[in-house]
Order: sequence, then C-alpha cells, then structure tokens
Amino acid sequence: MSLRNFKALRLDAMSRDFGSLNALKGITLNVERGEFIALLGPSGCGKSTALNCLAGLLPLSSGSIWLDDKRIDTLGPEGRGFGMVFQNYALFPHMSVRKNIGFGLRMQNRPKDEIARRVEEAMRLVRLTNQGDKLPGQLSGGQQQRVAIARAIVVEPPLVLMDEPLSNLDAKLRLEMRAEIRRIHASLGCATIYVTHDQDEALSLADRIVVLRDGQTRQIGTPAELYGRPAHSDVAEFMGYRNIIKTAAILGANLEVTIGGAKLWGTSVDITASGDALAAIRPEDLSVSSDGPISAIVQTAEYRGRDFFGVALTQDGTELYFRSERAVRQGEPIRLSAEPHRILVYAA
Amino acid sequence: MKDALARKGIDGVTLLLLPAVFFVFALFIYPFLYGLFLSFAPKDGGWWLGNYAKFFSDPFLYDTIGKTLLVAVPVTIVNLACSVPVALRVRLMLKPKLLTTILVIPITLGTVLVAEGMLNYFGPRGWLNRFLMEFHLVSEPLHLIHNYWGVFLSLVITGFPFTFLLTLSYVTGIDPALEQAGAMLGARGWDRFRHILMPLLLPGLMITFCLSFVQAFSVFPSAVLLGAPAGITRVISVAAYTAAFEEYDYSMASAIAMIMATVQVGIVALLLGLQSLFYSGPAGGGKG
Repeated sequence: MSLRNFKALRLDAMSRDFGSLNALKGITLNVERGEFIALLGPSGCGKSTALNCLAGLLPLSSGSIWLDDKRIDTLGPEGRGFGMVFQNYALFPHMSVRKNIGFGLRMQNRPKDEIARRVEEAMRLVRLTNQGDKLPGQLSGGQQQRVAIARAIVVEPPLVLMDEPLSNLDAKLRLEMRAEIRRIHASLGCATIYVTHDQDEALSLADRIVVLRDGQTRQIGTPAELYGRPAHSDVAEFMGYRNIIKTAAILGANLEVTIGGAKLWGTSVDITASGDALAAIRPEDLSVSSDGPISAIVQTAEYRGRDFFGVALTQDGTELYFRSERAVRQGEPIRLSAEPHRILVYAA
Repeated sequence: MKDALARKGIDGVTLLLLPAVFFVFALFIYPFLYGLFLSFAPKDGGWWLGNYAKFFSDPFLYDTIGKTLLVAVPVTIVNLACSVPVALRVRLMLKPKLLTTILVIPITLGTVLVAEGMLNYFGPRGWLNRFLMEFHLVSEPLHLIHNYWGVFLSLVITGFPFTFLLTLSYVTGIDPALEQAGAMLGARGWDRFRHILMPLLLPGLMITFCLSFVQAFSVFPSAVLLGAPAGITRVISVAAYTAAFEEYDYSMASAIAMIMATVQVGIVALLLGLQSLFYSGPAGGGKG
C-alpha cells in the first residue's frame, strides 16, 4: 500500500466512550504531511485514548478518520500501516534487535536482502550499529527506545504515533532522546503524533500542539502561540502560568486588574466587559523590584542556580509564585512587579 | 565465626528451616530410599536386580509402560491444545472469574466422583447414549466406558482445569502491548500467534506439559473404574497395585514404582532439555 504520499490526515469528530464515560468527545484535527503534532494534557485527559483510536487499537464510538479521501477508522491496526512507539517500548523480548526492527518488513514479505539493507539503514539512523544481535533485555533504556523508534520507522509509515516515549528515561537521557527524535523526524519527514504530559517536550518538539482536557480540544496552536497566549485560563495553568489569581477587571482605556491589593495593567485575552476575571502570570514574569506595586511577605524560597523561585503571601492572602535575582529569606517583606503584556486576563 | 556464617546468609532464622527439612526427610527422602533398597531385595531372595529382570522379561509387566504412555501422552497433548486457545480468549474477557470457576470445578470433585458420574452419563444406558439413540444419531450405544476412551475422557475432564490454570497464568504473563506492537507492524492474528505469543509461551507450555503429564502418567482410580484394568488400560500403577496388594510382593511393587519414576523423570528431563533451545527470558516489554 502506498499511503506514504498522503497529503493530510483528518480526524472528524473522533469520539470514544468507555461505558458511560466519554473519554473522547469529538476531536477534530487536520495533520499535514510531515507535521509534528503533540497531544498535550494532564493524565486522564484522553490523549492516550486518542492515540489508541488513531492506531486502531481501540474502535471509535463515533466520528471518522481519513487519510486524504480514504476512510481508515474501519481498518484494524494491521491494515493502517502506522508506526507506533509504545510507552514501555513493547520490544519482542525473544527477538534480536535486528529481528525486532525487521519484523514489519517480514510481515510485508519483503525479499531478504531488502530487509537486511533497510534494517541496517534504520539502525544507522538511530545510531545503534553493532548492537544488532543483542536481545532487548541486554540493552539500556535509551537503546531500547532507539530500537522501538527504528522498528516503527523502518516500514516507512505514513504516520508515526508515539505514546509518552520518554517517560521511562532519566532526566539527562530524556533531553538526549528528545534531540534524537527531532533529528530523526527532520531526516525522515514522516508525520508524527506525539502524546505527552510534559509541556517542555511538547514545546520543543512539535510544530503544533493540541491541548486536551476532559476528552476535548482546548486549544490548537504553535508552541509560541501556546506559550505566549493560551486561549483559556486552564490551558495557561498547564502551560506554566502558575499564578492564576481571581480578580476584578476594569475595562477602560487600559485593562486594570487588582492583584494583592495593588492595581496593575494587564492584557485582555477574552475580556469584553468589566467584571470578575482571572489573571495569569508566569513565576518568571513576576519579579522582585524595589519599586514594585505589590507588597508581600516571602513564605519559601528555593535556590535554582541563576536565580531564586519563591512563594510570597500578600496582605489580602493571595499566594504568588515569583522569581528573584537576589537571595530572599523567609519572612522578608518584598515588592513584586510584572509587565502589563505578561499579565494575561481571562473572563472568569 | 558468627560473622562468617552471617555473611553466607546463615543466622538464627535459618533454624526455622529445620521442621521443613525434617518433614522432607521423613515423608519424602526416607520412603523413597526405603523403596529403592527394598526393590533390590526380591521377596524370594536371589539376584539383587531380580525384580527388574522379571519386569522387563514379562510382557504382561513391561507392556504397562507403553499402555500408560498411550493414555498419558495423548491426554496431555489434548489438554494443552485445548487450554491455549481458551486461555487466550479468557485473557481478553473483562470478567473471567465465572468461566474460570466453572472450568475449575472438576478439580474440586476428585477423580472418583467424576468417574461415578461418567459411569452414569456415558454408560450404555446413560443419558448421552439414550439421547443419541432417541434422535437416531447412532444405531447402537457408543462404548465410552470400560475401555481406553473411558480413561481418556476422565483424564481430560479432571486434567484440563489443572492444565488450563497453569496455561492461563503463562498467557496472562505476556504483556498485551507486544501483541499490539505486532498488529501495528502489520502482523495478522495467526502471524502474531506464531511469531510473538507462541515463542514466549513455549517455555511455560513445556513446564505445563511436564506437570500435566506426570499427573496423567500416575493415573489409577479412573483406569480401574472406567477402563479395562485387565486389558488396554492395565497401566503401570495397576501393575504396582497388583504386586503390592494382590501378590503381597512389596519388593516387586517398589521396583515397579522405581521404573515408573524413571520413565517420568526421563520424559520430563528430555522436555526440559529441549526447552534450553528456546528463548526463556521474561515475557514483558523490558524496562517498563
């Protein structure tokens, strides 16, 4: 089958129920050829369900999946020809690395010399040459990960699905493999859908990010859009805006909000009139300065190498996560400030 | 001295082993050795290997090995062949408890009760034959008891649950993600079974085969109650029983028991030797 040269993958109101629980409530998404999409969300948001539905491991309850004008959600996993990297890698423990990688080609009944050549190529691509005869159990976690990736891409699938592939690795290896995944995607250019709960991973890898929550799409956008201007306060919270403060917004020539008793200017996201609102500020955008408008008392402070991150309590009892370039002590009174374009205001 | 022992893992707690060691000696090793030596002292004196020579020169005796194997091997193969597909199906069920319970009931009944039931059900005037005759499916009753098939059926009924439970534990030990990975790579059902499930199951199935075989090989009650203990199902345990309790030749009975043990150990060793040719590591997906 030659689905490799497809133009677009289309999810049309893809839904999945488990009994009375709606795990996915109508996901609609277009994936262009060669695109890297991250499905991002907290655990239980339905992102793994979405991936399994795409893979064909779970049937849809309603909706459809299209590869150009071919409907594929009626096909089983073996009929779709997608590559998948599992969270625990799911390498066949009784097969050598070479046999594992060549499994998909063998299932396609390719000639032996072609299989050997393409397996070698794939092993070179994931930098695993000389490991071909080992069993998966003899490899480290990072190497197993590489085998899993090679096994998924060697059949040149139209789409590669990755289910939190880095979650079992230690922090250093995770960064390394992240760069590897980016390099492999750049050199192959196959469309990839990558499930993760780690916003850093999604931001650094993806062309577009789909934020899911409770089985629904909350926002679809480029990493820059999601980082700089989340469409909803819950997306903002998930994207690292740790300060979500209940406030009253006054819409005039400028948008005025009250934080910790102090009046500040903010940037409206979806404010159309004065009233109850939520202000979202990243800790790194709320910094200590001697003339800052907000006065607060330091509760805790942790050293982060270059700077300090801490929690401060304002007089009206608001907890604020902030950044400081100088050392701050517990109990110390400080003043905090934030730029107006760093304070995003959402209608409550 | 104490430190040196402690470093080898021997301390006060080790003493707790003693009761178990005592029982192993008293109930297993001593009777075994007693029987072994007894088998070398024929009842009527003479050559120390006399019992064994007698066994292997009398077709009425040595034929029992073949007859026992003729029952035990096919029964074990049938049980295993039925267990694997059932276990694969049960693994996918959300509530396997009920089915497992039904399948396990025959174990709890015991061979004699099952044999009694079979005599009534499979007999010439039993329900099965009455049903078949009533609907003119057969012209004369099927002979299902007091022959080879009686023993065969009884061993399948009582042996299957045991084989099934062992198989189920091996089948559920295989990470379902492996089969999913196979499907994603284009493997259809049969290919997934042949290339992924079977190689991972094989070591467990060998063990299951050995244990089920040993159970079937020592068949006694059903061979007497449902078989033809003077003919086709004169199995080796019947020969041992006859020697011990009809001829009162405990020495000969011990010799037959030793021969029985040797055949079992030989076949189990052969299978376990074969097993080393296959993959026998964990059946999971590595570091998960």
